[in-house]
Amino acid sequence: MIVGHLLRGGLNRWIVLSLAIILTIGVAIPALNLLLPWNHPLHVPTYIVALFGKYLCYALLALSLDLVWGYVGILSLGHGAFFALGGYAMGMYLMRQIGSRGVYGDPILPDFMVFLNWKELPWFWYGFDQFWFAALMVMIVPGLLAFVFGWFAFRSRVTGVYLSIITQAMTYALMLAFFRNNMGFGGNNGLTDFKDILGFSVQAGETRGALFFASAIALALGVLFVSALGASRYGKLMIAVRDAEARTRFIGYRPEYVKLFAFVASAVMAGIAGALYVPQVGIINPGEFAPANSIEVVVWTAVGGRGTIIGPIIGAILVNAGKSWLTGFAPEFWLFALGGLFVAVTLFLPKGIVGTAIDGWDGLRRMRESRRRERGEDETMTGHQPEAAE
Amino acid sequence: MVLIRTIIAALFIVFSALAAQTASAQDDDPALRQAIAGLGAEKGYSKLRKAIGIVVETGDPRGARVLDALSEGDVYRRETDGAVFIVSGRGKQLTLLDPVTGDETGTAAKSDLKKVRVNNSVRRSVREAIGALTLGAKDPGVRMSAARTMIDNPDPDSLDAIDTALDKETDADVRDALQQARAGAIILSDRDVSEKVSAIETIRDMGGQQALSLLVRARSGAGAEMREATDAAIASVRKRLQYWSLGQNVWYGLSLGSVLLLAAIGLAITFGVMGVINMAHGEMVMLGAYTTFMVQEIMRTSFPGLLDWSLPIALPLAFLVAGAVGFAMERGVIRFLYGRPLETLLATWGVSLILQQTVRTIFGPTNREVSNPSYMSGAFQLGELSITWNRLWIVVFALVVFGVLLYAMNRTSLGLKMRAVTQNRRMAAAMGIRTPWVDALTFALGSGIAGIAGVALSQIDNVSPNLGQGYIIDSFMVVVFGGVGNLWGTLIGALSLGVANKFLEPFAGAVLGKIFVLVFIILFIQKRPRGLFALKGRAVET
Repeated sequence: MIVGHLLRGGLNRWIVLSLAIILTIGVAIPALNLLLPWNHPLHVPTYIVALFGKYLCYALLALSLDLVWGYVGILSLGHGAFFALGGYAMGMYLMRQIGSRGVYGDPILPDFMVFLNWKELPWFWYGFDQFWFAALMVMIVPGLLAFVFGWFAFRSRVTGVYLSIITQAMTYALMLAFFRNNMGFGGNNGLTDFKDILGFSVQAGETRGALFFASAIALALGVLFVSALGASRYGKLMIAVRDAEARTRFIGYRPEYVKLFAFVASAVMAGIAGALYVPQVGIINPGEFAPANSIEVVVWTAVGGRGTIIGPIIGAILVNAGKSWLTGFAPEFWLFALGGLFVAVTLFLPKGIVGTAIDGWDGLRRMRESRRRERGEDETMTGHQPEAAE
Repeated sequence: MVLIRTIIAALFIVFSALAAQTASAQDDDPALRQAIAGLGAEKGYSKLRKAIGIVVETGDPRGARVLDALSEGDVYRRETDGAVFIVSGRGKQLTLLDPVTGDETGTAAKSDLKKVRVNNSVRRSVREAIGALTLGAKDPGVRMSAARTMIDNPDPDSLDAIDTALDKETDADVRDALQQARAGAIILSDRDVSEKVSAIETIRDMGGQQALSLLVRARSGAGAEMREATDAAIASVRKRLQYWSLGQNVWYGLSLGSVLLLAAIGLAITFGVMGVINMAHGEMVMLGAYTTFMVQEIMRTSFPGLLDWSLPIALPLAFLVAGAVGFAMERGVIRFLYGRPLETLLATWGVSLILQQTVRTIFGPTNREVSNPSYMSGAFQLGELSITWNRLWIVVFALVVFGVLLYAMNRTSLGLKMRAVTQNRRMAAAMGIRTPWVDALTFALGSGIAGIAGVALSQIDNVSPNLGQGYIIDSFMVVVFGGVGNLWGTLIGALSLGVANKFLEPFAGAVLGKIFVLVFIILFIQKRPRGLFALKGRAVET
């Protein structure tokens, strides 16, 4: 309710502001990396570009989870699966781009297939030598899985914890499947050793800069999409489903379709995030399907504030920056910190950083308004202007 | 040659078991010593064979040791006095072993010793001699093992020895085994067809993988009149083997199911009865396993005599440790989150990370070894099934835990209060039940049960900080499949998932089988969102 109210009016300038920040970062960081000489004080080292590029993808993933969890109330513990599927689709394209430069030099088959003594490309690898096809698959595969899964789950009214548990089972099953060598996705080594993307070397600084910019654009589009959806009538319906599903149904809406739409859209967003993540990191393996990864995404969203738009982005970046920083000098301490974060956020910050900030802002404003009104009532008698006092 | 060696080695093992029993009881037999001394005295292979015959005539099974060494080329004669020794070691200085007892008696320079040479015909005599010696042993168990070895390695040449032993044999079981050994030998011999056909029947009745391979071997060399009988026998043995493999799948499935039951049953209380999603449940199991490890370490260093008792001692301790952690968790975190299941899920996941890392910091990330006590190691044979003791104990243990829990829920005052709070919290509170207290105790009980499960799982799984992670998803699947709030559902769910998994494995492989089961559960929940045995009631979804 508060969220809906804020989305309608108050927060719009925040959205514009955050879009501006995202795009500025998207341009500035690659530019500072490429245009300045390495010894310039404002030069951004390449590893920072890669690191922040990763954070942007995580932020998009967290935003996609926020769409289902924050707006529709579906806690998906399997969003890492959509992310990884998008990543695998992109990885397959990158694998085919290696061509005959692999260790075994086979023009068509990736190295691991030659290693497994396969003679022909499996049918599901067809078409991945075309970028447009891979880009389509990045969205279609996670979207289709989410559609099928959601179609069954929402229609039979699997809700709450049960849904969370079966989404977890889904990503677990996919992890087991992708670990198998004869699935045709490289087994536990996954896909790696990429060379080119669209004809540019993935190692080159310019390519990294372009990928970084693309991630920022994708995140900005994600923010636009979620905020537009949230502000629309459909967004109100989503919040209605979250807060009182049965009541929404009795009014005559079909909550399962609302959920299905949000779930599929969110899966597509997660797939895009994964596709942008893979060329920047240089590897995709079945570990990305691990249930623990998906739960970590949930904590990013929870820390930032679910049901808000910039919350998940802030959460993803903060938690991951904390992770990079902590694992740098005290790796054994990281799990304590993460675990503590889970407990602390659920106990003390149930609305997350941004949600709490909005509440505080809101409360402050309401306090000020009521004070103004009190004074205004006084003022009708005394004839003073309220603003002048402030 | 390989065959002969395995036979000799096997018979020798049988013999040494016997020797260990009787060495102290029996006085040193001068007749045996004299016969063994003869092995060194005679020159030439035919005389050596006669000397072996004399050792057999003593009828003393302890003679098998020196004969076995003889065929291995380890028997030497001392030049100075003509005494015979078994020799071990290499180089110039060799260790001398007493030919009867196998004890060390000293050393000697290699130049002072002369090897007793053997050829293939001597080796054959040695094999028959060892067979005859062990088949004539006083202990029926030793004779049984000797007969078994002969069934495993049928050889027409040993027919005479078997016949002699059959004449003397009084024990019915050993007689049966000898008959089977004889049948096996006959099938491979060049005796006439009628004798072979009856031998095939004996082998068919014996059944099992051995019988099958023996029959297949016989079939390749058989004439037309034999082939029909052999084929019929092979078919019948195959059919019986199929039943056994069915039984084996069921057993493996039950065994897996009981592990799942142990892991899930604590969850059935915390999730099923209280509705709390405890993602740290697996870590409670892990704590139980580490408690077992600690108890065993203390036993090993301080009370070695009690080492076999470490599991019974660890059981209550694991219950208390995990229960206490669960109690602290409920009071410290979960009670603030009742009615917010998704938040509970996240907070308990956080607790699980902290617990894992704590254990990793204290005990290190590597696997800790928890040894099996004597009554849980080894296996026994049931027909064609090999059943390991630790699996059997775990099945029994899981059922006992289930029974105790069922009793606790249905017959004790705490159980009554628990069920009352589950069904109607406010009414229960109005009746004077301290519901927060019942919540804390219920959670502690569920966690304690998980700790007990950890004691059992430490016997079959690696005790590492990640132990719990491997079980958490499976346990949730079991509880969700079986139906929330119903212990019987958990039992049925665990056992049927275990059996289904094992039946899928031969067709699909272990990993794919597991994936199928997961997909099945995901689909199943669509049909019955509240599990197999859902609580009936008017509780509308909230």
